[in-house]
Amino acid sequence: MNIIRAKSRLSPTVTQLIVDSPRIARVRRPGQFVIVRRADGAERVPLTISDADPQAGTITLVVQAVGKSTADLADLAVGDPVTDIAGPLGRPTDLIQEGHAVCVGGGVGTAVIRPIAQALAAVGVRVTSVIGGRSREWVVLADELATAGDVVVCTDDGSAGRAGLVTAALDDVCRGGDVDQVYAVGPVPMMRACAQVTRPHGIPIIVSLNSIMLDGTGMCGGCRVSVGGRTRYACVDGPEFDGHAVDFDVLADRLTTYRPFEREAYARRTACQEA
Amino acid sequence: MPTHPAPLPPAGVVPFGPLPAKRRLAIERQEMPERDTESRSRCFEEVNLGFDAELALLEAQRCLLCTKAHCVRECPVAVDIPGFIRRVAEGDLHAAAELLLDGNALPGVTGRVCPQETQCEGACPRGRTLRGVPGRPVGIGYLERYVADWAAANRHEVPPPAPPSGRRVAVVGSGPAGLTAAGELVRAGHQVTVFEAFHEPGGVLVYGIPEFRLPKAIVHREVARLVAQGVRIECNAVIGRTFTLPELRTGYDAVFVAVGAGLPVFLDIPGENLKGVYSANEYLTRVNLMGAWRPDAETPVLAGRRVAVVGGGNVAMDAVRTARRLGAEEAVIVYRRSRAELPARAEEVHHGEAEGVRFAFLTAPVRVLGDERRWVTGLECRRMELGEPDESGRRRPVEVPGSEHVLPCDVVVVAVGTRANPLLTSTAPDLLLDRRGYIETDADGQSSMPGVFAGGDIVRGAATVILAMGDGKRISASVDRYLATAR
Ligand SMILES: Cc1cc2nc3c(=O)[nH]c(=O)nc-3n(C[C@H](O)[C@H](O)[C@H](O)COP(=O)(O)OP(=O)(O)OC[C@H]3O[C@@H](n4cnc5c(N)ncnc54)[C@H](O)[C@@H]3O)c2cc1C
Ligand SMILES: Cc1cc2nc3c(=O)[nH]c(=O)nc-3n(C[C@H](O)[C@H](O)[C@H](O)COP(=O)(O)OP(=O)(O)OC[C@H]3O[C@@H](n4cnc5c(N)ncnc54)[C@H](O)[C@@H]3O)c2cc1C
Ligand code: SF4
Ligand code: SF4
Ligand code: FES
Repeated sequence: MNIIRAKSRLSPTVTQLIVDSPRIARVRRPGQFVIVRRADGAERVPLTISDADPQAGTITLVVQAVGKSTADLADLAVGDPVTDIAGPLGRPTDLIQEGHAVCVGGGVGTAVIRPIAQALAAVGVRVTSVIGGRSREWVVLADELATAGDVVVCTDDGSAGRAGLVTAALDDVCRGGDVDQVYAVGPVPMMRACAQVTRPHGIPIIVSLNSIMLDGTGMCGGCRVSVGGRTRYACVDGPEFDGHAVDFDVLADRLTTYRPFEREAYARRTACQEA
Repeated sequence: MPTHPAPLPPAGVVPFGPLPAKRRLAIERQEMPERDTESRSRCFEEVNLGFDAELALLEAQRCLLCTKAHCVRECPVAVDIPGFIRRVAEGDLHAAAELLLDGNALPGVTGRVCPQETQCEGACPRGRTLRGVPGRPVGIGYLERYVADWAAANRHEVPPPAPPSGRRVAVVGSGPAGLTAAGELVRAGHQVTVFEAFHEPGGVLVYGIPEFRLPKAIVHREVARLVAQGVRIECNAVIGRTFTLPELRTGYDAVFVAVGAGLPVFLDIPGENLKGVYSANEYLTRVNLMGAWRPDAETPVLAGRRVAVVGGGNVAMDAVRTARRLGAEEAVIVYRRSRAELPARAEEVHHGEAEGVRFAFLTAPVRVLGDERRWVTGLECRRMELGEPDESGRRRPVEVPGSEHVLPCDVVVVAVGTRANPLLTSTAPDLLLDRRGYIETDADGQSSMPGVFAGGDIVRGAATVILAMGDGKRISASVDRYLATAR
């Protein structure tokens, strides 16, 4: 059984769960994810392994409640079991071994960036993290990232760090001229914008694609994305790809496939809770 | 769940025990009772209702109890068909079940899904045409199912555990090949752990073949029987990720790999990334494994008002019949050859037609059309003609120029086959694969890695349940021999 050992709230919609999962904790690497089923009958939800403690046999998941399944997960309490956790899935991040890397995290994407930043720092790469949120309370994991290097915080309203979008901050860092690699994870528009920012600087960028997944083993093809004109399966060929080659339109569009169902599921959930 | 009638002799119609040949020949093949087409085309309950005692007895009496039984030779696991049918005819279902289960670990499954017409029943002399009158073979599958369901309801004893051998075997994949091997190996006294990537065991039996053909309760009951015998099943273990094959090999005395052929094939035509295009794997997994057909399901599926399914095999038939049940007004099979070449089982085609499935034969898709919001609106197709026979002996379809036309639809399901999934094999550099990525094995089922055996679809390419089970049985015997000699 995968028991929840600790739980904390990182922002109004983002919750961190530390869960037993010894065999995954042992082998997971940055960039990999798990597929979680909260209970029998529940959806299979892909979530990045944000951190792991092989000694304690736990993994850290950071969940942003955007719909029914993620809201249900965020409602679990310490001591509750998570019925199924499969993984680690996906290919580990291609980490550069020296130089300067910029890690950009938008919203819950910061949870995906954390293990990457930490692994880069561990091999001696200079890390600058650029993370953002609507306002102070929406910025997550700034302290954890500070252990890996400099952190630039951006908020829309300027309530913490600099005012404005992460892309503007990224552009400024890139102007420094010594950036070798950018890693960007967040909402699709943010990753698309980061790819645009890095292009004129000639800096390579890796993005993590959160397409809709089912099995996570390359068996269904539902997670397919278009990269460099080729169809790739995000769950086994990714989830990380060259941000300059990704067709973000296809990704953004396919993410809306189940929107009517999602609205209905969320409405039903809310109605149940109010009843 | 089917009912399990007691074996009562039907009042005076036919006596128990074998009859003189003449009286046997006079009995017509008994028809399988079916749920009526009107209600079933909208529900996921099993279509075939199963024989009752009278039908079973009558059908059993038709068997000629051949001494050189061709039916047995055509069964990949060599079920003692005349043996178990004779016991049915004698009213001794206990003995019938004993004989059947001895040759076939999952008769409740095979009785329902084997392509009997090309296997056991295809060889039965009662199916031959005599003096211009076409015959009909003994309903071996129907009888097998009858005995299996009776046994499941009436026999509960678990065989006593075998003396432990002290050896540990890992089985990768819990489809029919893996489950059969696990059962055989645990009966030989080995400690068996099955690793399954999904959250539920059963392989294609739970994620592919729909409820209306194979109720999941039957698979669950077979899995429960194995667990009661001591098989350990670890779900959510993705070999190649959670552990690699070389790691498993180190931790276990032998490994049997039965991961199936789970990689979808798309058509590689424009428009396949539009919303509403599914691989059959995704469509069927959403509906079967994730239960999207239930109104309260958490996992969604696009039901579609008009659904086009590309392909002509069993998978395509399952998808198109599923589409009808999910409420599609129109569900069409798009197949590039003609009816005569349809690879699907005859029974499935017949059931599909009765449920209102339409067929567009000699039709090949050219591209998927979508609206400005990238939802599927149709499938552009071209007509085909049958030309010269190809290597497979089937006449090759040739495009008719200028025959483009649009089939309006809002969901497209692509069911044109599957290939080997490289997830496991790519993390085992010493594992020899063939050109298409399937695992190479020797006559014993052993791969190029000593102590690593493989069987089922990952060796054969997409095949059948019974062939996978046959592999599980045959190769577990090799594993057993290997364990006896290797130290
Ligand atoms: C490899 C991978 C790693 C991920 N890691 C994390 C993570 O660490 N933390 C986290 O909170 N989320 C992560 N996600 C996203 C998460 O899986 C989805 O948010 C979740 O499946 C939505 O389910 P739901 O029922 O709560 O919402 P739904 O009701 O299904 O959807 C609500 C909204 O979320 C969007 N959505 C649906 N599916 C996804 C998806 N797969 N990705 C993004 N948006 C989606 C929908 O378009 C909709 O607007 C990851 C996704 C992938 C593919
Ligand atoms: C829709 C459909 C309908 C069919 N209908 C029929 C029919 O009517 N009659 C018939 O005889 N045949 C039918 N078949 C074919 C038949 O189901 C297969 O030939 C058979 O299931 C193959 O068995 P298997 O044990 O080799 O593999 P599978 O049944 O494919 O099982 C393999 C298992 O291994 C698991 N796995 C895969 N990779 C890994 C990994 N890396 N680590 C751990 N586990 C893994 C999978 O999740 C799966 O559970 C049908 C197939 C489909 C798809
Ligand atoms: S296992 Fe299949 S082929 Fe063999 S007797 Fe039974 S139905 Fe026929
Ligand atoms: S071939 Fe037909 S008649 Fe002969 S034993 Fe088999 S089922 Fe009976
Ligand atoms: S999630 Fe099914 S292939 Fe990627």
